Amino acid sequence: MSTRMMEIMVGLFMAAGIAAFFTLSMKVSNLASFSGDGGYYVNASFENVGGLQVRSPVKAGGVTVGRVAAIEYDNQIYQAKVIMQIDDAFNQFPTDTSASILTAGLLGEQYIGLQPGAEEEYLQDGDILQLTESAMVLERLIGQFLYSKASGE
Amino acid sequence: MLDIVARLGRIGMSFLQRLGRSVLFLLRSIIGIPAVIVRPRLLIQQLYSVGVLTILIIVVAGLFVGMVLGLQGYNILVRFNSESSLGVMVGLSLVRELGPVVTALLFAGRAGSALTAEIGLMKATEQLSGMEMMAVDPFKRVIAPRLLAGFIAMPLLAAIFSTVGVAGGYFVGVGLLGVDAGAYWSQMQNSVDLWDDVYTGVIKSIAFGFVATWIAVFEGNDCIPTSEGVSRATTRSVVNASLVVLGLNFILTALMLNGE
Repeated sequence: MSTRMMEIMVGLFMAAGIAAFFTLSMKVSNLASFSGDGGYYVNASFENVGGLQVRSPVKAGGVTVGRVAAIEYDNQIYQAKVIMQIDDAFNQFPTDTSASILTAGLLGEQYIGLQPGAEEEYLQDGDILQLTESAMVLERLIGQFLYSKASGE
Repeated sequence: MLDIVARLGRIGMSFLQRLGRSVLFLLRSIIGIPAVIVRPRLLIQQLYSVGVLTILIIVVAGLFVGMVLGLQGYNILVRFNSESSLGVMVGLSLVRELGPVVTALLFAGRAGSALTAEIGLMKATEQLSGMEMMAVDPFKRVIAPRLLAGFIAMPLLAAIFSTVGVAGGYFVGVGLLGVDAGAYWSQMQNSVDLWDDVYTGVIKSIAFGFVATWIAVFEGNDCIPTSEGVSRATTRSVVNASLVVLGLNFILTALMLNGE
């Protein structure tokens, strides 16, 4: 085999390998769907975040508009503080938008659902969502159900 | 009784000696790497024999591993009515574990054994000493290009393996078993994280390429210069590289999962 042929084969090999990396990054992983940088941050306090995690999606009308950037515990008000990073393309949420923690399917992952309000002004970077709804905790639901059953009889 | 203790001690000493020799060997080879960059032709030649010739087995193995994952995963997931998560299963298991590990095992078998046999035979036929007589440093001329080629080729091969495997899973899951194509890709993209999954896989494959090539060239250089010695060194190269890769995989996985 001539040297030139060998060089061409090696070049093809390198190109195939790099193309495979590229495919893995773009097609298999979540790089294309939402990149880490950019967007603005909005805070919200929840009584209970349930199984919500950092990087969980933030959805409005079922469409992913951002991700959870951080979850902290606020010592002052005894609530969990969730910082959401919302893509710049969706910068027209009214200031009275409400956030609730929902579950995809019965056992699926949890995400934050945004329900736009009616205010004229839009959310800015660093704003706080006042209307929140905590995660549904299955044990508490069962407890309530049993309690109402028992008290009903 | 003392004989047994003495024997144990001898085994331990010789193991540590080999370990020390291999580290010194690695350092000498790494010092030789800049000399390779000046003469890329040597590297290209080795990339051809280590990388290009290994592609075929990697592609075929990746395709079949991906297809089997698709088949097995579908049969289990369909019981829970969640066959749409097939993409997640195939993607995560390939990118995180199977891609780097199986590629490293195949790499040790296909490319590592060839490296060991080649260098061992060079030593047995005194080509290496001949080079030294001509004031050509065999570390710069023979060892370093092979080492560098292994370092470069292995992550690329692992990426090709994972990509082909995902395509194989797609072919079986979507093409033959009727999983929804959109669900296959979108669920996979939702769950596979670029940093936590893809890049940990890449780090793994770099580490495996490093140890597998290191062991292969070291065993070749360290063999007893007879035909029997070369054959033993080749066996040892494949066995040791495979064991080290599997053990290292566990350690790396434990470290990376803890780091999250």
